[in-house]
Amino acid sequence: MKYIPNTAEDRANILKTLGKSNFSELLGDIPGNIVLKENIDIPAPVGEIDVERSLEGLSERNSHNHQILSFAGAGSYDHYIPAHIDSITSRSEFLTAYTPYQPEISQGTLQSIYEYQSIICELTGLDVANASMYDGSSALAEAVIMAARIKKGNKVVVAGTVNPLYCRVIETYVQGLGIEVVYVKTDNGVLDLDHLKSLISDDVIAAVFQYPNFFGNIEDAKELSELVKSKGAVLIFSVDPISLGILESPAKFGADIITGEGQSAGIPVSFGGPYLGFFACRREHMRQIPGRIVGATVDSAGHRGYVLTLQTREQHIRREKATSNICSNQALMALASTIYFVSLGKEGLREVALQCLSKSHYAANELCKNSEIELLNDMPFFKEFAVRLPVQGKVVIDRMSLAGILPGVHLELLGDEYANVLLVAVTEKRNKNEISSLVSGLNKVLKQVL
Amino acid sequence: MKENIDKNSVSEKLIFEQSKKGKRGYSLSKLDVPEISPAKVLPKHLVRSEPARLPEVSEPEIVRHYVNLSKKNYSVDTGFYPLGSCTMKYNPKINEKMSSLSGFSLLHPLVPEELCQGALRLMFELEKMLCAISGMGRATLQPSAGAQGELCGTLMMRAYFKDRGEERKEIIIPDSAHGTNPASAALAGMTVKTVKSCARGELDLDTLKQAVNKNTAALMITNPNTLGLFESKVLEIASVMHSNGSLLYLDGANLNAMLGLMKPGDMGFDIVHFNLHKSFSTPHGCGGPGAGPVGVRKGLEKYLPVPLVGLDGERYYFDYDVPKTIGSLHAFYGNFLVLVRAYTYLLTVGNSGLREISENAILNANYIMHSLKEFYDIPYDRDCMHEFVLSGIRQKKKEVRVLDIAKRLMDYGFHPPTIYFPLIVSESMMIEPTETESVETMDKFIEAMKAIAIEAENAPEKVRHAPYTLSISRLDEVKAAKELDINYFSRKQ
Repeated sequence: MKYIPNTAEDRANILKTLGKSNFSELLGDIPGNIVLKENIDIPAPVGEIDVERSLEGLSERNSHNHQILSFAGAGSYDHYIPAHIDSITSRSEFLTAYTPYQPEISQGTLQSIYEYQSIICELTGLDVANASMYDGSSALAEAVIMAARIKKGNKVVVAGTVNPLYCRVIETYVQGLGIEVVYVKTDNGVLDLDHLKSLISDDVIAAVFQYPNFFGNIEDAKELSELVKSKGAVLIFSVDPISLGILESPAKFGADIITGEGQSAGIPVSFGGPYLGFFACRREHMRQIPGRIVGATVDSAGHRGYVLTLQTREQHIRREKATSNICSNQALMALASTIYFVSLGKEGLREVALQCLSKSHYAANELCKNSEIELLNDMPFFKEFAVRLPVQGKVVIDRMSLAGILPGVHLELLGDEYANVLLVAVTEKRNKNEISSLVSGLNKVLKQVL
Repeated sequence: MKENIDKNSVSEKLIFEQSKKGKRGYSLSKLDVPEISPAKVLPKHLVRSEPARLPEVSEPEIVRHYVNLSKKNYSVDTGFYPLGSCTMKYNPKINEKMSSLSGFSLLHPLVPEELCQGALRLMFELEKMLCAISGMGRATLQPSAGAQGELCGTLMMRAYFKDRGEERKEIIIPDSAHGTNPASAALAGMTVKTVKSCARGELDLDTLKQAVNKNTAALMITNPNTLGLFESKVLEIASVMHSNGSLLYLDGANLNAMLGLMKPGDMGFDIVHFNLHKSFSTPHGCGGPGAGPVGVRKGLEKYLPVPLVGLDGERYYFDYDVPKTIGSLHAFYGNFLVLVRAYTYLLTVGNSGLREISENAILNANYIMHSLKEFYDIPYDRDCMHEFVLSGIRQKKKEVRVLDIAKRLMDYGFHPPTIYFPLIVSESMMIEPTETESVETMDKFIEAMKAIAIEAENAPEKVRHAPYTLSISRLDEVKAAKELDINYFSRKQ
């Protein structure tokens, strides 16, 4: 096999050096009956040409964003990705390196993570960021668990407007820890403040919000925060980093922990992964943060350099008392996202956010010119909005995708009352013509089925 | 000529320090719809008053900055990485090419199933291959890393016992285990009972029997274990656990020693996680992304996370009908592009290739161990599997620690092995060559290790202050922890 440099002669020489006459003499510790006599039941090896053919065949059976005009979002967004990001992240020195446990030989990784942490802190307005989590959902789940180390109690209040796919992960993560998850009702596309008030009591560890929320709407972070802070609960927000180009970070209103999905920032949609969970907190809670942190220091000659620090919180030292079990993280994705933010810079992030805002509002207005289509609610939104259709969302999606348009995500996953609701995301990548195609395509389908 | 170089000029400036107002590294299309002022559609107090202080840098400067940073990294493509337990094997380039096909990388996770049949089929077939390799009944591809796989496995154990009306909360873990094992168990709300390894470096049956009781949910072990030794009593271990009604979990970190040679299912394991970034050649990416699928024996599949991928005649679909599921560990389906790489690899190596991998990994590890015996102590002097542990206690007598040896190896052009793990061997160094290293490379490494042993004997001072040849010398980790500087914007200027 071409990935194995040893020749038959090499193997014979190694065995000779070891004083063995054949390979099986090296397996003396293994009960004989478990060593396989036959090959495993998977296909026999094939040449690289055939492998390429198989994989290309599979990839062509998927309708991806180059073939289909996509307005799908719901936690995975088709944003502009500058070409140089891939060119840098695919460099072998980043792609095939290991976790920077030996800092002198990993300064490239360590410095880029230091820059990443600084960017996440600056965007969120918090003091400390870790070197990344698996994705937005597990980052949020880890935030809940971190809150349970900060404040005693057993109840966590989660807004019903948080991505339901994230809620499922939170519930999975906390099931063994005796933490009860209680949901705040949704009202008009944002959470019901009165219901939140009734749920927030002194024994609540934390309250969890999404900003903008799952329906694309912007909850009033100030109002929510005041309510939660008055009861001493840990205030957690999951944010879309792009929106922070024009929105104040919830940290301004008191958020203690801010997590989010970094996919929007320089990472392709990739059928859901790998993505990037970012995680930031206040300095006072720094020792409770999960995962890795990079710090600056100097070498023996006084040169600036970077190392992994505060490792005494981590699993390899603290074992069952660690702040998290995370070991592998998403360092390469964090690098992609770092380059994204650096490329956009101060002006660019605002410009992207402004385009999302302008284009999504334009699309919503154009769609609602058809009296059969209405916005699900009249709350402020950023780049995504929900519309109620006179027919089932699935019908529209099935018909329009045949015509090469994915008009959004069907919200049936929220329950039957959302069977007619479509969640539409419009990023800066969509232009006026494409929005017109969406509008005319949808109008055409409605005409056909009504 | 007198050298008078500014000490910080050799280190790459931070990207923030290269910022200059007006530079830009992006180009957007011109906005072709009416511009909306945020203050017009959003509550004023939520509109950002000050933009985040992101740097302003041009594309060529960005590219040069990060390419220069990349040159300060050691990687598998640039050299030998004998990092025990991490299985840093070569990452085939075709894996990368296939994972970047637009049908995979530009596929939205919430497209209708009809529009992602290729991706679903890939997942379906990868699951089948992992089950064939491990001897398990079904597997989830969802966990994003080995440690998340462990959490998944532990949560399934909880679900299993809850389902049987039992309240078993204790997990037995050997003292030689990876730190993630106890951390995962704790995260799942279980308690950890640590058991000592015996003189042969294995789990002792009598110790295990004493540790097991009605509260024992499972034993989590790595096999071959973290000393690189095969647990020769594995069948008896399985029998002790099963006769107590407990489960047996395999940490698959060392699966590279078993591929095609043995199946964990035949050893009695009930749950096993795979590290696709180890045994299945997907790149580590400076620490991630990886993927940690979990296989379970027949009877445990009803606890797997949702969704699974099913096949309904000709059509693949997401199966949410898993009656006792623990839930989900990922917003979507896991690190899909990592799965594409592992699938590509398995097609390439095929059934016969698997066995070649583990045979050569085992041969190579024994070769290095044998060649270093004279110069370093080998605490467990028996044939090893795909990795082994040596001890630098002989060198410590000369006040040369294993840390110093590791740093000195960098001067010889090698990434150091894992050091100070497993914790049960003093001054331990854990070496794993993998099957993708040639005899020529291993010989160079062996020569370097010998040279350092001789230096430690004759010039210990020299080893103590290594490295000398890198852009940076030994870093002060204590200062980093004491005078925390973890964010450019709050650093003391």
